[in-house]
Amino acid sequence: MHRCLIAVILGVFMGQALFAEPSGSSGSSGPKELRWAADPNSGVPYVFADPKGAIIGFEVDIIHAIAECLGRKAVFIGNNFDCLIPGLRRGLYDVVINGLPLLPTGSPGVLYTDPYFLSYGQLVVRQNETTIQHFDDLENRKIGTYRNWKGGISIKPIEGLELRRYAYEVNAYEDLLHRRIDAVLLDFPESAYYTALIKGLKMVGPPLGNLEYGMVVSDDHPELLEELNAAIKILTQTGVLQGILVSWKLWNPRMEAWLGPYTATEEQTAHYEKTIASQNTDTADDGRVVRYIGFLPILLEAAITTLLISLLSMLLALTLGLFLAIVRVYWARPFSLLASMIIEALRGTPLLIQLYLIFYGLPHLGIKLPPILAGILGLGLNYMAYEAENYRAGLIAIPKGQMEAARALGMSHFQALRHVMIPQAIRIVIPPITNDFISLIKDSSLLSVITIVELTETYTQLANAHYDFLGLGLIFAVLYLLMGLPFVLLARRAERKGGSRVGIRGAKG
Amino acid sequence: MSERPIIHIEDLHKSFDEVEVLHGVSLDVYQGDLVSIIGPSGCGKSTLLRCINCLEILDSGKICVGDVSLSRKSKQVHPNPRFEEHAHQLRSQVGMVFQAFNLFPHKTILENVMLAPQVVKKESEAYAEERAYQVLKKVGLARYSGRYPASLSGGQQQRAAIARALAMTPRVMLYDEPTSSLDPELVQEVLQVMRDLDAEGMTQVVVTHEMSFARDASDYIVYMEGGRIVEIADEDEIFIAPKDERTQRFLKRFR
Ligand SMILES: Nc1ncnc2c1ncn2[C@@H]1O[C@H](COP(=O)(O)OP(=O)(O)OP(=O)(O)O)[C@@H](O)[C@H]1O
Ligand SMILES: [Mg+2]
Repeated sequence: MHRCLIAVILGVFMGQALFAEPSGSSGSSGPKELRWAADPNSGVPYVFADPKGAIIGFEVDIIHAIAECLGRKAVFIGNNFDCLIPGLRRGLYDVVINGLPLLPTGSPGVLYTDPYFLSYGQLVVRQNETTIQHFDDLENRKIGTYRNWKGGISIKPIEGLELRRYAYEVNAYEDLLHRRIDAVLLDFPESAYYTALIKGLKMVGPPLGNLEYGMVVSDDHPELLEELNAAIKILTQTGVLQGILVSWKLWNPRMEAWLGPYTATEEQTAHYEKTIASQNTDTADDGRVVRYIGFLPILLEAAITTLLISLLSMLLALTLGLFLAIVRVYWARPFSLLASMIIEALRGTPLLIQLYLIFYGLPHLGIKLPPILAGILGLGLNYMAYEAENYRAGLIAIPKGQMEAARALGMSHFQALRHVMIPQAIRIVIPPITNDFISLIKDSSLLSVITIVELTETYTQLANAHYDFLGLGLIFAVLYLLMGLPFVLLARRAERKGGSRVGIRGAKG
Repeated sequence: MSERPIIHIEDLHKSFDEVEVLHGVSLDVYQGDLVSIIGPSGCGKSTLLRCINCLEILDSGKICVGDVSLSRKSKQVHPNPRFEEHAHQLRSQVGMVFQAFNLFPHKTILENVMLAPQVVKKESEAYAEERAYQVLKKVGLARYSGRYPASLSGGQQQRAAIARALAMTPRVMLYDEPTSSLDPELVQEVLQVMRDLDAEGMTQVVVTHEMSFARDASDYIVYMEGGRIVEIADEDEIFIAPKDERTQRFLKRFR
């Protein structure tokens, strides 16, 4: 019964996701696709999830306009910010648009388009702040910015300035509100959005530095660069780009200096107000509940992804781990040595690096795995090492007489393992394996670095976009607990059943 | 005797890590014999039994059980490639009972008895079960077939282990101190099973410290010391008038 269920789940899951690249680049029919990537966590107003989980933002609008211009169909592929360029080089998608400023140093292996947006650093302080009017007032103050903020390089150092780098922009604003820091320095778009969303913050001072956002393509595709540049030109000439920027309230002095004056229509202003309102969870409680209910479909999808990946990885870890343990315990020296080396190598290196290697490294050797498969393989192999050690402990805990009795009855080594040793070892290792499964479920959150949208990734997306870390945090915590719980209960039952037999006096003497 | 021995051991040598434990042991056991092996601790009794059953691989010499024969020139020579195959055939003719019972704790008594016939001999479940009940009845445990080993007394566990070995219909049974880990009041029930088997004509070799059992039940007694067989004698001879002075010294303690 159980086996059937697993087989069905496997079948459905593998058929759908395992062997398809994330793009679904089946597109032989219809217009050619323009696969574009961004970090859906990069925040408002760039690229972010709306309450229904749809990806929106000013860069989304721009890339759609460009795709339309080129007669292509825009297809979104989410990836972790740090992995956007590796993913591009690996051919996961055609173009990255994610607030990437042109760097004076240049970037190896990639090409930047002409700018589609001129930005700059903008200081944000608390509403009641009076002492900070200008960047120069930051002497001996603490300011926050984004971990990878590129604007910092064009800003002159200030004495005693303490710069804190945050993994998520939103947390910087949060700390500003809580007075852990005195100001936040980030790109104008974020500053504009978060001062509108979060009460008690304001922008101060003149534009700082100069950031020209360009799209990025792989240097294998100079022809795409040409097409994109041509499209940007058309968008600026027809006023489409201006319209998009205004509707996201991103029109700024630099843009005006570049493209001339532009006045927003009422419709465009209304669009912005509506977006802000829909992202704001800080309204009345019943509004919040309604919003949470609206999140349910995304939550469920992410939970299923997490659970299925975890189950399949664990299955892989348990089967390969058993084999590895047997080799390590019973096989001749060169094999057992190799097995223990594999185990140590996998246990001794961070899972994150293993995932990077499998997903972004192996393509250099011509092995290109789809994300889900790479994720299952990465998690599975990493946990295989731990499970092998669990099994090994189980196998050597079984009295030597068991193997001898089985052999003396005429069983082959394999038969003895299969009918006598392994069943006993499994009963011994159920508790540590349950433990490991729970931590595997949690470790699966690392898979966001290889474009998989699982539960934690969904949480950060929603929490960032809605500035709601507490409520959503609790909901997601409960989800994780609920996912692990059935397995804990199952293990308890199995333990109780097995424990009474493999008893205190299995073998005397 | 013109009859061929069922166990024939010739100049058996066995060493562990360069230390020789058996220095050329020769022994013949005939169909239906009950042989007791006695001797001081560490003299190689267990090693001898384990060699007969190929749980240890001999260094040199010859071991025959029934029609299967295993021989090896010296430790330097690799056992011949069909050695493992022969060892397997040999094991299937020999039942072994251990001091620690070594029942499979995750299986019921019935499953313990049925496992090897099903796995090794590929007997059908129904047939294996029928046979299992026969041997369990023989050792007086039919009522306990559904219990797990941990819930039985030591004597019952050892009888179950005997039944498990019998289910493979061995031609020879080997026992390595079958009663040594039993409480004294449980010893007799196990020894009684062995006497019953003797009455049925089973060939049995018993390493034991139960001198009264050795004296009363066995056809003859093998006395070992220092990795050699020192004396093989009728139970009366060896207990009343042992020829070898080492045997005399050993047995003095039991008078
Ligand atoms: N696996 C092994 N490795 C190394 N030495 C061993 C091994 N098994 C037995 N020996 C040694 O071989 C010698 C004979 O051991 P064996 O178990 O056959 O003695 P025994 O006559 O059965 O003694 P006891 O009455 O204590 O059971 C002992 O000195 C023992 O230490
Ligand atoms: Mg012994």
